[in-house]
Amino acid sequence: MTRYQCIRREFMKYEAVIGLEVHAQMLTHSKIFCGCSTSFGSKPNSQTCPVCLGMPGVLPVLNKKVVEFAMRTALATHCTISPLNRFARKNYFYPDLPKGYQISQYELPLAEHGHIDIQVDGVEKRIRLTRIHLEEDAGKNLHEGIEDASYIDLNRTGVPLMEIVSEPDIRSSEEAVAYLKKLRNILVYLEVNDGNLEEGSFRCDANVSIRPVGQEKFGTRTELKNINSFRFIQKAIDYEIKRQEMVLEEGGRIIQETRLWDTQKGITVSMRSKESAHDYRYFPEPDLVPVKIHSDWVEEIQKTLPELPDAKKERFIKDYQIPPYDASVLTQNKKIAFYFEECASLYHRPKAISNWIMGDLLNEEEIPISPRQLTGMIELIDKGVISGKIAKTVFEEMLRTKKDARTIVEEKGLLQVSDDEAILSFVDQVLNANPESVEQYRSGKERLLGFFVGQVMKISSGKANPGKVNELLLKRLKNP
Amino acid sequence: MKLYALTIHQAHQLLRKKEITSRELVESVLSRIDQVEPKIAAFNQVQKESSLKEGEMLDQKISRGMFKSPLTGIPVGLKDNICFQGVPTTCSSRILENFIPPYDAAVVEKLKEAEAVFVGKTNMDEFAMGSSTENSAFKKTRNPWDLDRIPGGSSGGSAAAVAADECMGALGSDTGGSIRQPAACCGVVGLKPTYGLVSRYGLVAFASSLDQIGPIAKDVTDAAILLNEISGHDLRDSTSSARPSEDYLGSLHPEVKGLKIGIPKEYFIKGIDPEIEKSVMGAVNKWKDLGAEVYEITLPHTAYAVATYYILATAEASSNLERYDGVKYGFRASDGKNLNEMYEKTRAEGFGPEVKRRIMLGTYALSSGYYDAYYKKAQQVRTLFIQDFKEAFKKVDAIVTPTTPTPAFKIGEKVHDPLQMYLSDIFTISANLAGIPALSLPCGFSKEGLPIGVQIMGRYFEESTLLNMAYAFEQASGIHNKKPNL
Repeated sequence: MTRYQCIRREFMKYEAVIGLEVHAQMLTHSKIFCGCSTSFGSKPNSQTCPVCLGMPGVLPVLNKKVVEFAMRTALATHCTISPLNRFARKNYFYPDLPKGYQISQYELPLAEHGHIDIQVDGVEKRIRLTRIHLEEDAGKNLHEGIEDASYIDLNRTGVPLMEIVSEPDIRSSEEAVAYLKKLRNILVYLEVNDGNLEEGSFRCDANVSIRPVGQEKFGTRTELKNINSFRFIQKAIDYEIKRQEMVLEEGGRIIQETRLWDTQKGITVSMRSKESAHDYRYFPEPDLVPVKIHSDWVEEIQKTLPELPDAKKERFIKDYQIPPYDASVLTQNKKIAFYFEECASLYHRPKAISNWIMGDLLNEEEIPISPRQLTGMIELIDKGVISGKIAKTVFEEMLRTKKDARTIVEEKGLLQVSDDEAILSFVDQVLNANPESVEQYRSGKERLLGFFVGQVMKISSGKANPGKVNELLLKRLKNP
Repeated sequence: MKLYALTIHQAHQLLRKKEITSRELVESVLSRIDQVEPKIAAFNQVQKESSLKEGEMLDQKISRGMFKSPLTGIPVGLKDNICFQGVPTTCSSRILENFIPPYDAAVVEKLKEAEAVFVGKTNMDEFAMGSSTENSAFKKTRNPWDLDRIPGGSSGGSAAAVAADECMGALGSDTGGSIRQPAACCGVVGLKPTYGLVSRYGLVAFASSLDQIGPIAKDVTDAAILLNEISGHDLRDSTSSARPSEDYLGSLHPEVKGLKIGIPKEYFIKGIDPEIEKSVMGAVNKWKDLGAEVYEITLPHTAYAVATYYILATAEASSNLERYDGVKYGFRASDGKNLNEMYEKTRAEGFGPEVKRRIMLGTYALSSGYYDAYYKKAQQVRTLFIQDFKEAFKKVDAIVTPTTPTPAFKIGEKVHDPLQMYLSDIFTISANLAGIPALSLPCGFSKEGLPIGVQIMGRYFEESTLLNMAYAFEQASGIHNKKPNL
């Protein structure tokens, strides 16, 4: 525990003001200004050409798909798409930046003024988006295992990124994470981004400041750079809020600076101050003509938009009569939502399907059983072929072997026993073996019924139909 | 017969009639280079072997009467900022001394397709920054008409090589007058096309929004031939125009009857060299005699052209030249102790003084706090130039001005006065700012025997108007037949 983490709650007269900048890699096959591949993990510098290397004399040519992907995102987040947007050069020296400038959008971004609605603790909140703009990624410096030198891998240069900037509407780390998850969910639904934080295709910078509750003016902010998991984002923001509170409590002042999250120590550390910040000398990119977006083009893209999480949730509640909680869980992952819907189209018990998915399939990386297999199993339960308890065993076996439920039931002899005679023989066995308990039951200790049921299920290896067991047990206990 | 002295169209006729071969043409040019290059120093590099081989190869096709274009088998020169695969492209800079591009510029591809023969890369002001070719890191090119004088710049090597018959035509690049000013100084024809008519792919950038590649030729017909081959849409250059190609050669005619010519009063102010004024007005009168109508017009913002240009061009240049950091190719200083020192030493040792001066100017103009006052203001003024020309071209079809304020000056005369040097481009810069086509044509000689150029500016994509007007003057005056004594 550091001293900042020990801060006591009674100091909490501050309010956090957080704005997020997300860099999302777009799922195009080729780079933003040339035809090179964007696939991840190839041999260093194997995916480069004179254009993305910025060799003398070569020129960028905009990939139309990149604009369309960003347009999809803009429409899905209620942004206004600018009919005329333009690229700019952001100038700075760094070995992984082959041209000495990054082509980005500056004063005329692709889209502005959108919003995303989030829910924290059941409360709905709207986070406004300032803008969405396009830019190219830079390369990567390699140091590991190399002595007295740096190598440069330029495979990433020119990989298309979308920067999504929020207004400082976020007030807590929980809201920040809810916003990021919602945004990622939308991007994945749109098939414009793979949502992968570890590989850096979904990266986040957070601008954090605090101010006394009730004050309108923002405090001095710090920028937290490139944090690569939701958990770390939450921790880094929490830490930074507490750190700033402590500084102010101690009579200090917040310095505008860029800070990094130290995963090992669980603290943020200063990287560079405002004074040493770059002067990027932005100016319009003369090698690219402004991007004109006609309303026809916007309409065309609008038509290709899929149903988005919020709309899907509402429809699930309405069409399948499942509780809002279920609908929101099921739609948080596009794959799961599609899976649920396919199951629901095969079998008429959406709530049972939802229960099974939420209970057992939600955390699976790849869903290992088909919708037909899941609904097949639920049908077996409904028809009384297997009990709910047996179903658990069958389900686990299904995950392991990928066999159908019926095959498993038959192979393992798990069919439910509903035959009166067979169940009666189990019942009699149990009653004969426990004469004292029978006596006690008859003298009024009725909760022993559960014990008898359990015993019957046990000796029937769980196959006895529980309804029948109850019925026959009561019959025998009342009429010896 | 001195084959090297032929124009492209003359040589083409002889090739067609099989009176000469391409190899003979190339040999003649190469021996001319051997003869005069020690005096002129127009080339950074001469590709002797490959050009002879190329000529021989083409002769096989030529002997069967197969011509891809009027350039088939014709030896041409290339400014050293245009990428040619496998051949050093230095921009006359130390920093690119060892740079060998793995690709061809779009214009090189096109000229290869047209079966032209490349004889060499021509000298220039470093990164095309200058008006005298004195800023080359390698050599000073001399004016074929007077070896004590500059050939103009930055395409001084191309213009001098064409004027001295070291190649039959050449390509230059023009950012603020770098084709037209040396063409005027060397008594040849130089054309800066409309921005976007010729692909910039493979042209090492100086100022992207102003740069344009164009031909330098012995006469107007040759300029039309070269322009035919290098113009046209290119998918690799977003600023390249998608207009269908025109046949500038096919439509060449000497008719100017009824053509409206504008003379902007702002270009004929006091201080202009009287010989230049006399010569240019002589050309105007010739066009009048041929049936053109002449009007005085106004381009009210002309006075701001040089200032505007030196903000925009240097701003873009400061950014375009950032890639020369010693990391991936080109020159790298050897003794940098860390990354910043490596950058600093590489750039300090690799760039010449004029390039550094412009990088500093441009960096300043783009800096936060100065952007609005300089860069943004200059962009606004640029819009005013465009308006000026739009207004003018409502009244006239072409605008005639001098190309340069003086004939070629002496080597070293303005080296230490950059502002004086910048004024060499005072008449040519506006066309780049507006993106309109402009052509320089020899129109006379000074008492000292130095060539004088007249500039014709036209509407967007109306290169044919300029070429036709120039052709009419050339045919009527016969001035292009005069050669320097070498």
